[in-house]
Amino acid sequence: MLQRLFKFKGGVKPQTNKTQSVGLPIAVAPLPTRLIVPLHQSIGGTPDPLVAPGERVLKGQKIGGADGWISSAVHAPTSGTVLAVEERVAPHPSGLPTLSVIIEPDGRDEWITRTPVDYKALAPETVREMLRDAGVVGLGGAVFPSHAKLSASKTVPMEELVINGAECEPYITCDDLLMRERAEDVVRGVGLFRDLLRPKRVLIGIEDNKPEAVAAMKRAVQALGEDFAVIAVPTRYPAGGAKQLIRVLTGKEVPAAKRSTELGVQCFNVATAYTAWRAVAHGEPVISRIVTLTGNVAQPRNWEVLIGTPLAEFVALGQPKADTDGYLMGGPMMGFEMPSPDAPLVKATNCIIAGSPTLFPPKAPEMPCIRCGECAKACPHELQPFELYWFARAKNFGKTQEYSIFDCIECGCCSYVCPSRIPLVQYFRFAKSEIWAREREKNAADTAKARFEFRNLRDEREKAEKAERLAKAAAAKAAEKKAEPAPAAPAADAGIGAPAAADGGAPAAAPLDAEAVKKATIAAAIERARQQREAVQPKNTDRLTPAQQKEIAEIEARRAPLQAEQPERSAPPATDAAQEQQNQ
Amino acid sequence: MMDFTTPPYLLKTASVQRVMLQVLAALLPGIAAYIWLIGPIVLVQLAIATLAALAAEAAMLKLRDKPLGLFLGDGSAVVTAWLIALTFPPLAPWWLLVVGVLFAIVVAKHLYGGLGQNPFNPAMIAFAVCIVSFPALMSQWPALGLKTSFGEQIDIVFGLAARVDAMTGATPLDAIKTALKLGEGAVDVPALLANQDIFGNFAGRGWEWVAAGYLIGGLWLWKRGIVSWHAPLGFIGGITLLAGALWLWNPAQFAGPLFHLFSGGAMLGAFFIVTDPVSGCTTPKGKFVFGFAAGLLAYVIRVFGGYPDGVAFAVLLVNICVPLIDMYTQPPIFGMKNEK
Repeated sequence: MLQRLFKFKGGVKPQTNKTQSVGLPIAVAPLPTRLIVPLHQSIGGTPDPLVAPGERVLKGQKIGGADGWISSAVHAPTSGTVLAVEERVAPHPSGLPTLSVIIEPDGRDEWITRTPVDYKALAPETVREMLRDAGVVGLGGAVFPSHAKLSASKTVPMEELVINGAECEPYITCDDLLMRERAEDVVRGVGLFRDLLRPKRVLIGIEDNKPEAVAAMKRAVQALGEDFAVIAVPTRYPAGGAKQLIRVLTGKEVPAAKRSTELGVQCFNVATAYTAWRAVAHGEPVISRIVTLTGNVAQPRNWEVLIGTPLAEFVALGQPKADTDGYLMGGPMMGFEMPSPDAPLVKATNCIIAGSPTLFPPKAPEMPCIRCGECAKACPHELQPFELYWFARAKNFGKTQEYSIFDCIECGCCSYVCPSRIPLVQYFRFAKSEIWAREREKNAADTAKARFEFRNLRDEREKAEKAERLAKAAAAKAAEKKAEPAPAAPAADAGIGAPAAADGGAPAAAPLDAEAVKKATIAAAIERARQQREAVQPKNTDRLTPAQQKEIAEIEARRAPLQAEQPERSAPPATDAAQEQQNQ
Repeated sequence: MMDFTTPPYLLKTASVQRVMLQVLAALLPGIAAYIWLIGPIVLVQLAIATLAALAAEAAMLKLRDKPLGLFLGDGSAVVTAWLIALTFPPLAPWWLLVVGVLFAIVVAKHLYGGLGQNPFNPAMIAFAVCIVSFPALMSQWPALGLKTSFGEQIDIVFGLAARVDAMTGATPLDAIKTALKLGEGAVDVPALLANQDIFGNFAGRGWEWVAAGYLIGGLWLWKRGIVSWHAPLGFIGGITLLAGALWLWNPAQFAGPLFHLFSGGAMLGAFFIVTDPVSGCTTPKGKFVFGFAAGLLAYVIRVFGGYPDGVAFAVLLVNICVPLIDMYTQPPIFGMKNEK
């Protein structure tokens, strides 16, 4: 079958540095002395801990349960004792702590009872729940819960299922080795996804610098009698970005604002397909993954590592050279420095690169942007990074959004090509987080404001009601009093409203009580008027010139005596004032 | 210590300095032809401009408290200096060049914020300021028929010998314009072009090869990916369109597009001036529009205006429109090509 390939714009071709770590087969890493398993390892909610310190756990036992649909379970990677459930440093650039389950392995590596199932006999919904409870998440690096991606759009028919074996980041070879050595289980996992999504075609994209993986996958597809297309795609970073691979294989461009299923396409990483198959057909939850250990080490290769293995114990396997001065998690384009040797390896850890000054020399100093446009040429999302940089630098965040900052996938191509050595991605992350922070702040402020206004309204209403009640009571009292000496004067019991009070001077009887009624009624009317006035308060008075402010002060001063005289007429002048303001 | 703060950790070997050095290298074929035409005085003028530019740059960086080594070495001041030296008359007095360079570096570049911040092309600012302030000196181009020795040229440039009017002549562009004006319809362009003292195969004698040198250098820059084709093609297209249309309409009164492309600053402008990333447009479509507008204006100014050439004023005028052009030519982003 001849597959037509499409191109995506931009992209770069850094040295791939992949050959170093593909010489040896995948090895199983020895059991570490401690396992630190963070509960929050995927996009979405943080699973609730299901174990307590002191408890014995078995290999594959669920220790964190998904707390919602976009969440994924976490399991004990081996049998042992839970030492603690506490905050530990996370494998994240911030180095902030995250709630983790610390397990001391007992060395017996004792499994829970594994129950393989025939997924074809189960309802799709049950299979999705199984995957969630087995902790199957996107192992390409995004760690999005896979079960949540396995429902086709209700309106758009599913056309293509894209399987991502591109692995475009330099240095990383874990998917390459996985496809070489375990192609059949990968293909079976793809079959599982296919059966859940029912697409018309299944396209497996692998960069053409991995001919062995392409061959192995083709063999596996043939051996299992599937009709999946295994396609070698041109090697160009970031061809392994989900959107780029979808573009290359299907010609479809998924905009930032849309889900790929809305265009009838969905994308999964090969390792995700593999773990999904192991979970369903072998009852093995995701407790380990393949990690490339490469860079400045004596023995670069791929390891199957238990989730939660501390970085220091893992890197010792590769014998880091003496001048190693840090470790990157992920690739050199999008990865980050591990904050501490105690930070654990997690589901998102596809690669650890030992760094040295020769491997990653210090960057030349940043120069001003000369608007050469190299970044725009390199941007796979066809953005104008230098414009975004300009606006982000000026903290003009509205403009950054106009120039589609949220379409940026932070692939680093712009920074890679920049002749001025500007850390563009850093600027974009800064702008994005500022926008998020402001949005949060604004939402919080809006809620607080609404709450505050409601409370004021309620207070005032209560005050007004109280005043009216007082007025009524006073009127009733007056009527009562009057009824005794002069039962022939019933006029006052009409005295709730202002009219009665206004012409209250007519009946000559009981002037003292009438005065009290009048006062209470006036108080109530003033209160009502004040509320009305506030309701029509002009809104455009935030930024007034001193001259305008002075004018307003004068108007207010003129109005004050009027209001004192005719409280019930105070609302219309306020409206006039608002009108006046607008006319200026 | 490995710089871990900012991914990506791999960077392409690119720098502002490399870009600028390649621009300078691309100027060499044109400079070689220029020296062949005028003499080694061109090198003296380049040296004067370079020294003045570096001194001005250093002084401004010092005043602005910027790292000297980093910015002096970026090569941007040298590019400006060379462009000024190549657009000024080769026998202009040394101080005129210095005035131009100082204005370009101090006012047009640093007062606007230095590298990357100038809205106007500094070299074109220098040209415009000097031609407005010293119109006579800026119009004295060496008469090609009269060979002057290097020593005489030096004397003229450094004011040791009196400036002799006989030594200077009109540029080919000026020659045509003046002749047409004086002739009042009695002279026609083909007859003028037949004068082999001034005119060569398709443009000014000798000058056409200097322009060809810039064309070669420019094509090399395009091949290296330093400049895109948009602005040069737009510029050449603008001149060709207008020159071609008028030439077809009245070949007796208007020279053809080839003449205009290889005369004055057209080729230098096409590849080295309208391609300036800092003061030019940034979007592909915008670059084309920028070049095209500059080409049209350059033709209008050089043919109908009062100055011998129009590239400088054309570029400066279009520089003003850059933000607007960029705004209206933003390309659609990934996934949004079918959206309105």
